[in-house]
Amino acid sequence: MGAFNTIAFKPEYCDGCNACMTACATAKAGNSDILNSRIQIVADGETFELAMCRQCADPKCVANCPAAALAKNGADGVIEWDGTKCVNCLLCTVGCAYGGIVHNAAVGHVVKCDTCDGDPACVKACERGALKYHTTANIYNEVGDLEDLFVPGLAGCQGCNTELIMRHTMRRIGPDSVLAAPPGCIPGMGSVGYNGLTGTKVPVFHPLLTNTASMLTGIKRHYKRQGREVNAVALAGDGGTADVGFQSLSGAAERGEQILFICVDNEGYMNTGMQRSGCTPFGAWTSTTPVGERGKGKTQDAKNLPLLMMMHNCEYVATASTAFMEDLYEKLDRAIDASKRGFAYLHIYSPCTTGWRFPSAENIEVARKAVETNFVMLWEFNPRDGLRLSRSLDDARPIDEYLNALGKYRHLEPEQVGHIEATLHKNVELIRGFAEGRRHAMA
Amino acid sequence: MTQTEYLIVGASHAALSALQAIRMQDAEGSITMVTRDDALPYSPTVLPYVVSGRSAPERVALKDGAWFEQNKVGFIRGAAVTKVDAAAKRAKLSSGEEIAYGKLLLATGAAPILPPIPGLKDVGFHVLRTLDDAVALNRALPTTKQAVVLGAGLVGMHAAENLAKAGAQVTVVEMQPRVLAGYFDAEAAAIIEAAFAAKGVKLLLGAKVSRCETAGQGARVTTDNGATLDADLLLVAAGVAPVTDYLAGSGVAVDRGVLVDDTMRASADGIWAAGDVAQAKGFYDEAKTLNGILPSAVEQGRIAGQSMSGDAAIRPWPGGVPLNTYTFFGQQAVSVGSQDAGEVVRKEADAQHYLKIVMQDNRLAGIFGINVPFDPGVMWEIILRRIDLAPVREAFLADPQKTARTIMSRTWR
Ligand SMILES: Cc1cc2nc3c(=O)[nH]c(=O)nc-3n(C[C@H](O)[C@H](O)[C@H](O)COP(=O)(O)OP(=O)(O)OC[C@H]3O[C@@H](n4cnc5c(N)ncnc54)[C@H](O)[C@@H]3O)c2cc1C
Repeated sequence: MGAFNTIAFKPEYCDGCNACMTACATAKAGNSDILNSRIQIVADGETFELAMCRQCADPKCVANCPAAALAKNGADGVIEWDGTKCVNCLLCTVGCAYGGIVHNAAVGHVVKCDTCDGDPACVKACERGALKYHTTANIYNEVGDLEDLFVPGLAGCQGCNTELIMRHTMRRIGPDSVLAAPPGCIPGMGSVGYNGLTGTKVPVFHPLLTNTASMLTGIKRHYKRQGREVNAVALAGDGGTADVGFQSLSGAAERGEQILFICVDNEGYMNTGMQRSGCTPFGAWTSTTPVGERGKGKTQDAKNLPLLMMMHNCEYVATASTAFMEDLYEKLDRAIDASKRGFAYLHIYSPCTTGWRFPSAENIEVARKAVETNFVMLWEFNPRDGLRLSRSLDDARPIDEYLNALGKYRHLEPEQVGHIEATLHKNVELIRGFAEGRRHAMA
Repeated sequence: MTQTEYLIVGASHAALSALQAIRMQDAEGSITMVTRDDALPYSPTVLPYVVSGRSAPERVALKDGAWFEQNKVGFIRGAAVTKVDAAAKRAKLSSGEEIAYGKLLLATGAAPILPPIPGLKDVGFHVLRTLDDAVALNRALPTTKQAVVLGAGLVGMHAAENLAKAGAQVTVVEMQPRVLAGYFDAEAAAIIEAAFAAKGVKLLLGAKVSRCETAGQGARVTTDNGATLDADLLLVAAGVAPVTDYLAGSGVAVDRGVLVDDTMRASADGIWAAGDVAQAKGFYDEAKTLNGILPSAVEQGRIAGQSMSGDAAIRPWPGGVPLNTYTFFGQQAVSVGSQDAGEVVRKEADAQHYLKIVMQDNRLAGIFGINVPFDPGVMWEIILRRIDLAPVREAFLADPQKTARTIMSRTWR
């Protein structure tokens, strides 16, 4: 068993055109009567809701079936219905709390979504992107067998994105590694150890905030001299990267040290009580940019660290987000590879449930919104090809969708939102410029 | 003597659901499942279709040997538990074997009640609860010309339909003034009764059997209002009672069923009970009742398994809600909730359709339909969550299916 592909619905993109239902009815019943559709979009005033099979992990329709006519397929996760065994008792419809398996009077038995064998007709028919077929699960299945290089039970906050990044990246980088974890959430949650026991299954050390890249340099060079191929990896916070750690980082990048430096950017010093950092964006609440009668959050813009790193002409620089794991993994592979030749820098955005003030279950959603509003831009760079966008910057969602999701922006006044929009626009144009410059240079 | 961490008695819905819940939490703890049936696990609910021939007996197994192996479960079939020693934590089997357990789940379900009718014991009759019962009935079908069914509950009605479809002249005798009295009111029952009458099934309602005697190859049944019926097949479907005989002297408190708390714990240490055998609190009324339906067995089994394996995600039993789906002659009847735990806020019926909605203080108490589409599982959840329908009351009454789906999508998607 592993993770499965899934059909996802984003009601905010749905306009109720019913194309998905028509497509489903056509695919499944051979006519366009939407009553035959196994995906049902329900209009609720201006908004749209969804009734359809969730392909549950612990499906109650299956448990409620007395005839063994329903079963979850262990390979693709789809709950399959066997018409030769079904007795039409409808008890599956009692078990399902989602309206996902329904008696269809026209055909005389229950019907449910089977994801069209992994090529869902409804998704293809949705022009507005409200329905998506997420295949990200493939990655998790691929890397699922790789060893998790951290112990279970790290003490991250509930819903911590950083823990996710640590586990996923190190899994892929592999056990032939030495890890540097400068002060921040990453060692704070236990990766460098408690009571004399380490929380990491590879050699790990806890440099000062200031000397991470130089210590790694020494370690990498030492192993090279011994003739051993070892990944020298840093997992550092944005403070340890952009502010206090920047001097040694800049030096190592300029010298082209063969290091993979990963910045986990949660936009502040979250571990020590949510103080501002150079990566904290304008307007954000932190404990040192408070909100009150006079204070209205941070008064300066964040520095654009990945761009600064690009200007070092590193072997590889990229930005990534856990909401786009395929992209993240591809970049990670390229970064690992580049770090064998020179300095590789990966900047991963990591929404912080505790410090940014949003419900812990929404971390990936927040990460996704950051990208979809262009607040965070996904791109990569190498000295030969220049900067390349990983995702189009066109058709961005309004920035409000991102700002409204976060408690740290709750106090924003319209002028502040205006400032954020203006900065965002500038940043987008800047990145676009680099991307187009690349095209020029290559033409 | 066999030693096992978890001993599960029974191999039907409650038992299987508990087993799955235990394995989600405890991948290694030893599990033994014992069932008195000499068959792979199957559901009593599928049996009417074994009777009719639609389901082949060898295709109704809910799990196979490979599944038991995969889940590292010792499966003992064809052996009944005959005695439980709660203090010593031991169970005795009809095979003579003794099993020492750490934790015990009683999921022995229910068995048909034989009403105290003079002469019944002396005539040949059928019941329908086990696969063997169903196969015997299926064999008897071709030669049955006149059948009498005692009881117009779900079992009796399913059987009557199949007997009629096989060409027999069928009479159903029922004490209540209507069929399926536990799930439907008079108007709804009338639609069902009409469908049966149209297929030639005779329904003797409000009638009680007073005597049975042997007559030729079959039985003669006399009712209290003087009718006599000859039957070459007599089916007794007068309700069920929990199977608890093996608990005599065990110290486990039994009322009508095994009394359990909200995590399905019985009165004795280390013992849980779930499904038809258990007597747990009702949803509308805290008093402990029997709620012998498949979806309750599944839920209770899961809760029991979570409690037995110490799953922190356990959510206590919310209380039994009567509900059922009933398909008859290609028509669909659905009953979710209580007929009388509130006031009727919408009701309409014609010859083919029926819909009734019962609410209490803008909360759904029950919804009942025949040939009217709505999602029973969504309605059940709306009842359990006691969702305030005041803001959508009109819409809900006008289009319960659509409004309920909207609530679902917004509340627990
Ligand atoms: C004909 C028929 C139709 C039905 N239709 C419906 C329906 O439409 N909808 C609905 O909700 N419900 C229906 N039911 C009821 C439903 O089948 C039960 O509620 C459900 O099966 C209960 O599951 P359970 O696991 O509690 O017990 P059961 O299914 O009764 O299983 C009991 C298990 O315990 C075993 N056992 C019993 N005694 C012992 C012992 N001493 N030692 C070892 N093993 C023992 C049995 O072999 C069996 O495996 C129907 C029942 C019948 C008979």
